[in-house]
Amino acid sequence: MSGSRVPAAEFEVEEVLRAAHSAIGEQREASVDMLQVLAPDGTMAGGLTAEIDGEMIDFSPYLAATDAAHLCSLYRDMFLIRRFDQESTALQRQGQLALWVPLTGQEAAQIGSGRALQPQDYAFPTYREHGVALTRGVEPAEILRLFRGVTNGGWDPRERNFHLYTLVLAAQSLHAVGYAMGIQRDQLADPSLPEAASVAYFGDGASSEGDIHESMVFAASFNAPVVFFCQNNQWAISVPAAVQTRVPLARRAEGYGFPGVRVDGNDVVAVEAVTRWALDHARSGKGPVLIEAYTYRMSAHTTADDPTKYRLSGDEQEWQPRDPLVRLEAHLRTQGLADDAFFDELTAEARSMATALRDAVLSMTVPDMESRFASVYAEPHPLVQEELRFFQQYEAGFVDEGKHD
Amino acid sequence: MATMTIAKAINEGLRASLTQDPRTLLMGEDIGELGGVYRVTDGLKRDFGAMRVVDSPLAESGIIGTAIGLALRGYRPVCEIQFDGFVFPGFNQITTQLAKLRTRSDGMLSAPVVIRIPYGGGIGSVEHHSESPEALFAHTAGLRIITPSNPQDAYWMIQQAVSCEDPVIVFEPKRRYWLKGEVDTSAPAGDPFSAHVLRAGTDATIVAYGPLVPVALAAAAAAEEDGRSVEVIDLRSISPIDFDTVTESVTRTGRLIVAHEAPTFGGIGGEIAARISERAFLSLEAPVIRVGGFHMPYPVARVEEHYLPDIDRILEALDRAFAY
Repeated sequence: MSGSRVPAAEFEVEEVLRAAHSAIGEQREASVDMLQVLAPDGTMAGGLTAEIDGEMIDFSPYLAATDAAHLCSLYRDMFLIRRFDQESTALQRQGQLALWVPLTGQEAAQIGSGRALQPQDYAFPTYREHGVALTRGVEPAEILRLFRGVTNGGWDPRERNFHLYTLVLAAQSLHAVGYAMGIQRDQLADPSLPEAASVAYFGDGASSEGDIHESMVFAASFNAPVVFFCQNNQWAISVPAAVQTRVPLARRAEGYGFPGVRVDGNDVVAVEAVTRWALDHARSGKGPVLIEAYTYRMSAHTTADDPTKYRLSGDEQEWQPRDPLVRLEAHLRTQGLADDAFFDELTAEARSMATALRDAVLSMTVPDMESRFASVYAEPHPLVQEELRFFQQYEAGFVDEGKHD
Repeated sequence: MATMTIAKAINEGLRASLTQDPRTLLMGEDIGELGGVYRVTDGLKRDFGAMRVVDSPLAESGIIGTAIGLALRGYRPVCEIQFDGFVFPGFNQITTQLAKLRTRSDGMLSAPVVIRIPYGGGIGSVEHHSESPEALFAHTAGLRIITPSNPQDAYWMIQQAVSCEDPVIVFEPKRRYWLKGEVDTSAPAGDPFSAHVLRAGTDATIVAYGPLVPVALAAAAAAEEDGRSVEVIDLRSISPIDFDTVTESVTRTGRLIVAHEAPTFGGIGGEIAARISERAFLSLEAPVIRVGGFHMPYPVARVEEHYLPDIDRILEALDRAFAY
């Protein structure tokens, strides 16, 4: 390989990583506003404006109350879902879950956007939206039923207006658009219905999937009331966001003809305000919006991968000070909005939630195989019935033998 | 009773579904003003409007994926895919999402989406316009697949697909779109998932579906001249398959030929052969013989007549069956 310009093997990985990180760095500096209210040091800006498609948008009216009660409730949700994440990771490590998909680092993006939704809105998650699930009233244990392997669902989507997790990347973005097209038709038929929107959650990796493109084309063509909420957590398993896109993801919206906004995804106050604006925009008939929540996945993609193999520890250290919980805690403390008692009580609440979660997981009942035959089709199906009969007879043979044991 | 083509019968069936249920809507590229490349949806946008008959962007995954979303909102979308070979960009949405929605939700959600696919060859077209991919979908649990072969079935089966709570793919035999027949719109609709015995016989059974049903009937008529009494079954439903009707017939005739346009390897014919071997082995006078396409991509139009099963290929199969 003399004379080759291919880097020597011992430097190759590092070279590639540095090149990727450099590209990410450039992207971060690219010409797109990143909306932020709550700075990493805990100081809170008074207003929130940005230029979108040549128009100055003032998001200030969409800032929810910044009083102690509201901010503390946001903090509480973020704290509980992080504790939930830690407990779930532990359960996976102990062999109680087949897999876990951690969200640590993304609490603000999820709690902020989820809390902006109204009951009549409908969210279509990917598989990491545990924080959004919490805001929709899904019980923490219900989320783990999928990862425990006792169901592929876990909750009633219609009851919570929160769809089931989707493991095939970006598939749900089209479902969100179709659902929004249904909302349009319902409102034409009955204008007295409350205005509603759907939200499609996806990540920077999924943004490369064709279904994201098609969903944005359909949304724009039909002016569907849908908000595309992209959590750019910088990594699609081991591949950096720079490999997914050469422009900030928020700017892609311009190509489809609707607004795109980049918000500091670690700032729960800004995320909530921007999502409330976007939902209002969509619900009121102005069409779709893309929000890019710029954030960082602090841990692995799933418990099956090892981030130390693909990213630099300096990268994680760089993001540590921007932690969504740390900055809100700093704000609450410096402004005297919460005291030690609040944090102590929350810690105790989180501990008991974790205990209850563990108990719930360990006591989850395994569905019987026969129930699997029952939900393949809505209407009777002769092949399923025949195979069920076979299975029952086959199993019955073992039961007889078992009696003698 | 009116005489109409299969295309017109589907059009009338869709019209009836749109009229009866305001939640029914049609989606697809070119289905509006143009009425579809085969004019199957001709005039429906004019009569039901752009919110019910939706000219969509050119994106099959988009058409099917948004239809799933509409179904989740309570609508009953009927998607048109222009040609068989173009369904594959939507394959992911059909197999990983649509087919599994009910199971994934433990029965809480239904996915009453209909996908219409004109399929099969014999029209002298270019590549991707003549394929028979039904086996790829039949292998996926959660889907139902039907294929009408005459206007009467076409009129009712499309409506039954729309009213079914499960996702249904309707493979429409495009080279038979202009086949005319009587349609009785007042006759009660039968079970869309059952096979029909179209011709009675005692010596052998031919099972065919969709575009090959007229071929099978003609072959049976020709065999009669040779003194062979051949029963012909129109399968009508590819998933589920009405094995009871086929078994009953083979138990009487002792010989079975399965004919379809799709390649025989890994196809529906193999499934029928295996099941009938299990169910009626002792009744069989000969192995079940498959007549179908070869293991190659659908060939260029100038040679498709050599690829598509015709009367002679079916008669040759009968000869083999009788030789045992």
